[in-house]
Amino acid sequence: MPRIFAYIVHKGGVADDSAAELAAAAQKIDAAQSPAAVVTGWGPDLDAVCESLRASFGEVWKIANEALAYPNAELVRKALVSVLPSGSIVLAPHSHFGTDLSPGLSIKMNAAYVPDVLDIETADGAALKLIRQEFGGQVSAHVRCDISTGAVITIRPGAFKPVQSAPAGGTVVDKSAAVGALTCGRRYLETIAPETGDVDITKYPVLVSIGRGIQEQDNVGIAQDLADALGAAVSCSRPVVDAKWMEKSRQVGSSGQTVKPKVYLACGISGSFQHLAGIKGNPFIVAINKNRNAPIFRVADVGIAADILAFLPELTAKIRQS
Amino acid sequence: MEILVCARRVPDTSENEIEMNGAGDDIERDDLVYSVNEPDNYAVEEALEIVERTGGTVTVVTVGGDDDEEILRREMAMGAKNGVLLSDDDFNGADGRGIATILAAFVKRGHYDLILTGVQAEDGAAQVGGMLAAMLDYPFASLVNAIEVQHGKLKISREIEGGSKEINEIDLPCVLSIQTGINEPRYVGMRGIRQVASIPIPTFGAADLGVDGDAGPAAAKVKRMDYFTPPLGKGAEMLEGSTEAIVDSLIGLLKAKGGLN
Amino acid sequence: MVEAIESPSQATYWFIQGRVLFWIINLLGSACFAYIVAKRTVPLIRGQRDIRFDRPFIRLGRLLQYWFGQWRHPRYLTAGVLHILFFAGFIVLVIHTVALLALGTSAHATATGGLYGAISDYAATVVFFCMMVAIVRRILKPARYAVPARYGKAHTADAIFLLALIAVLMAADSLFEASRAAGHEPLAVMSLPWMLQGALAAAPLAVLANLCLGAYLVHELTFFFLLCYRPFGIQFHVETSLFTVFFAKLDRGTVKPVRWGVPDEQLDQVKSFGVKTFEDFTWKHMLDFYSCADCGRCSDQCPANAVGRPLSPRFLTIKARDYCFQHFPVWGKANNGHPLIGGIYSEDEIWSCTTCGACEAECPLLVEYIDKIVDLRRGMVDDGKVPQSLQKPLKALESRGNPFGKMEKKRADWLKAKDFQATCDVKILNGGHNTDTLYFVDSITSYDDRIQAIGRATAQILNRSGEDFGILGAAEKDSGHDVRRFGEETLFMALREHNTEAIKASGVQRIVTSDPHAYNALKHDYKDVPPVEHISELIARKVHAGDIKLKEVEDVNNVYAYHDPCYLGRHNGVYDAPRQVLDAIPGLKRVEMRRSRDRSFCCGGGGLALFYEPKEDQRMGVKRVQMAAEAGANVIVTACPFCMVNMEDAIKVTGMEGKMTAIDLTELVEKQMR
Repeated sequence: MPRIFAYIVHKGGVADDSAAELAAAAQKIDAAQSPAAVVTGWGPDLDAVCESLRASFGEVWKIANEALAYPNAELVRKALVSVLPSGSIVLAPHSHFGTDLSPGLSIKMNAAYVPDVLDIETADGAALKLIRQEFGGQVSAHVRCDISTGAVITIRPGAFKPVQSAPAGGTVVDKSAAVGALTCGRRYLETIAPETGDVDITKYPVLVSIGRGIQEQDNVGIAQDLADALGAAVSCSRPVVDAKWMEKSRQVGSSGQTVKPKVYLACGISGSFQHLAGIKGNPFIVAINKNRNAPIFRVADVGIAADILAFLPELTAKIRQS
Repeated sequence: MEILVCARRVPDTSENEIEMNGAGDDIERDDLVYSVNEPDNYAVEEALEIVERTGGTVTVVTVGGDDDEEILRREMAMGAKNGVLLSDDDFNGADGRGIATILAAFVKRGHYDLILTGVQAEDGAAQVGGMLAAMLDYPFASLVNAIEVQHGKLKISREIEGGSKEINEIDLPCVLSIQTGINEPRYVGMRGIRQVASIPIPTFGAADLGVDGDAGPAAAKVKRMDYFTPPLGKGAEMLEGSTEAIVDSLIGLLKAKGGLN
Repeated sequence: MVEAIESPSQATYWFIQGRVLFWIINLLGSACFAYIVAKRTVPLIRGQRDIRFDRPFIRLGRLLQYWFGQWRHPRYLTAGVLHILFFAGFIVLVIHTVALLALGTSAHATATGGLYGAISDYAATVVFFCMMVAIVRRILKPARYAVPARYGKAHTADAIFLLALIAVLMAADSLFEASRAAGHEPLAVMSLPWMLQGALAAAPLAVLANLCLGAYLVHELTFFFLLCYRPFGIQFHVETSLFTVFFAKLDRGTVKPVRWGVPDEQLDQVKSFGVKTFEDFTWKHMLDFYSCADCGRCSDQCPANAVGRPLSPRFLTIKARDYCFQHFPVWGKANNGHPLIGGIYSEDEIWSCTTCGACEAECPLLVEYIDKIVDLRRGMVDDGKVPQSLQKPLKALESRGNPFGKMEKKRADWLKAKDFQATCDVKILNGGHNTDTLYFVDSITSYDDRIQAIGRATAQILNRSGEDFGILGAAEKDSGHDVRRFGEETLFMALREHNTEAIKASGVQRIVTSDPHAYNALKHDYKDVPPVEHISELIARKVHAGDIKLKEVEDVNNVYAYHDPCYLGRHNGVYDAPRQVLDAIPGLKRVEMRRSRDRSFCCGGGGLALFYEPKEDQRMGVKRVQMAAEAGANVIVTACPFCMVNMEDAIKVTGMEGKMTAIDLTELVEKQMR
């Protein structure tokens, strides 16, 4: 079995939640191995992250380079190619950064590439049998990945539960010297934060969230009425923002806000993983959707197969009465 | 600018559910309608808007068979000057890397300033763009939601977590994967498609591209073995009955969970 | 002896003999007018073809009814009566005026006298006082004359100027008559000339002579000034109205072809579809722009305008007319070619129209709007400028034959409702049957969860009243009615071709539908299909014949108001059948809403209009349910699935649940059938 490396995303000196998930995934591939974490960056933040990873990884490969102070996937890829042994298995989160980095990385390392993996069924020295989804999560598929020349695998956020294990007591190995001068054809300029909207959905314990099922802008009021009756806020999924029915600041999801409410009403939302990725903290999820097969019903606590345009006003009316 | 857009024909799943077929080995394809992958359509629109500002032409390419020509014609009806089909029996069963190999071989035959792909297709892999760039040694950026043309380079915005935008500068030639919502694609109707119905679409095979054996099923390292619907497991507890009864149950649950004050 | 005042032709005006002066004025004035009219004709010559010379006798009949008979004018009573009066006055004064012009050029010409002269005097009086009233109205300004800021400044000053000039013309004529008659000729009692004659009774001859000759000159100059000025504004309708009404559209309910004279099979050769620049309009549409009298009645009735959408039919015309005046000027070279969309029109403005036809039903000059809107939409579709909200349903219509994107094979699933299937067996026609009647269901009734109930109610009614009928099932595609009216002609033709073949293959003799949009399409847009009836017509017939018996209403406290769907009522004249059906239900209390029949207020639109997201202050449906409430009703009855969607939507949005319900005529009849 090739050596397994986990690429760790971090911010402000703290490793991303995906670090523990990658460790769990590595465990599933090869329980006998203690995977190595590989971290790129610069300065005290990088050091802090590496230190914190020693508990879950046998080795922490640190790549410190001023050019990597901001994680530019193009530069990170070059660094990794210089450092990682060929034939390795590299794990990364299937996130904005991970998908930017990994396909190209697999080519440069001449490795196989399997993105957005939900589970690892079997693993031997020659191949892995993985589980992915297609068609927006409506069907699953078994995928066979030949790892004879290594593999780059991105992991679906939240798919692998972190495993509790004894501290690995890993060591930090500085691999910075192996990386030469880092330049590339893409240069980071700045990050523009989204405009704060009128409502900060992250502050609400109860959210009435709407998706494509709301059908048109005029119907958003139906959700607002329910939210008013509940003392909640209205949030939404990506298609609603794309259609310009609500502002971006109301979007819950991997490219929107991350929320941690107590109660989450998913109304007319199909339940794509990008949307669910924005819901943390295991809230009580109620899903209302016309389509009984919508993926949202797999993750919701309670489900109602109904047309939200008819159901929500009834719910609102009843709540107002009581 | 000469812009190449890599597009793909996919089943249209917006309104209809994907189901397993009777034999249990594939999805039910009988009633599927196909169209161009939505992010690819946004990419073509973006390419057209860029050449409207800077001059040049847009070429749309796809890897597939005769059935896939229809999306090339649709994008040509939209305004792309050229459509190219890369087709060979050997290409069936190519994995993502194989597709990228085929496309890279095509790119090397011409000269393109900018190559666009849609961010991902129905398989959710989001891989071809990044692989293509690495094979060509072009800079790459994914999830692009704004493009400004400058001299010899582009200023682009990438979509990142929390709705923030990451602004980058990227040298030409480069590869970008385009996110939906970057623009408002123009409408293409039956009439437009009819008007391009008889324009010949050049087709290139494995030998023309020089990829014999490098891209087909033999070279594929990743193979999808089947489709299945996972056992539902616990899933949601479905509330049934009259609407009134459901509303009452729900209100009870909301009260218990702290959703109702 | 009383000296007669010399004729203007003999008099001397500042060293010129009258005859010469007035020959010059007449010739110059006429030449000027001819030149202006010739220049105004230039864009019409460059415009697209329009076939308007067919069925001349029918056209003549309509000319008599609408132009000569001023048929539409009394719909706004005050303005209508005023206009009828001074229009009649003008007609009467035609000969009189010509004679008056001749008077200045020849010593032998005489003014009109006798009975006709007296009638002319009264006519001039009536016109004069009408002008006074009209000027006052322009100052007090009924709401519909107002010009919203975005359309420029008010038209009041110009209107008053023209009205005043006509008054001056009448006054000059009357003064001329009065001063000439002066004391010895009796004039028509109580007419304006008579009053002036009275006022001038004591005037010396010299004064009278000067007044007479002066009045004549003023009359001449005013006449020719008006003649040459009219083509520069809304008053041009004085000349063009006759032609506009004569050439008005005869075929209700259908839309003009993409190009007159180009059959469908040759459309592929047409380079550009629709109206993109001004010259893409047909000559008749350009004539419409000239003929608009700026009365504002169309916009006053327009539901889109009433809810604050950016559409105002009146200004659609006025802006086009102003564009034409500017770019095809009387003095100077024509310069055309500017795109209208993005220029004088915005995209939203043109998409806002629901094609309800209220504007066309109101216009006294029979100006056409729907064809122009459809043509402008065709242009936008051709250029790819379709709002994203409409692209999705259009794409679904192309790939699935319905705007919802649902699967074709599920089109007849509405039959499978539990209670329904047991009691009503509906045949799916596949060419083998010898079934009499086709129930054309169309998309919304087939696929929408709520509206399927209308389909089932209709099927029950047909079944229980002994109709031998079937449906096309999965072979049916959307009728394409609104696809066409939203400018996607090619897709419409494909849908029409498919459905026509399916209908022919089924071998039916008649078609019935519960969807007025499908009804209108099958009746007017489709060719070679069997005759089609709306379900309300069928029910009315059967009730009358005793084949359907209706029982007493259960809740006697309900008050019902019938809402006329645009495509059943206004476009197809079916107003009475649904009312007869309602009135045949014993104990049913029915009231009429403030706007009913051909003044019905559109629910918000059907077909693709349901998908378009307009910028508006309020929904049309909301205004309509409020009208129902105002009329004292608590149940609004519709006969159209789209009206149902919009009414129920509006009831929810205004929180009127419990106070107002909507029910389809078929649902009501099924409930009440014995």
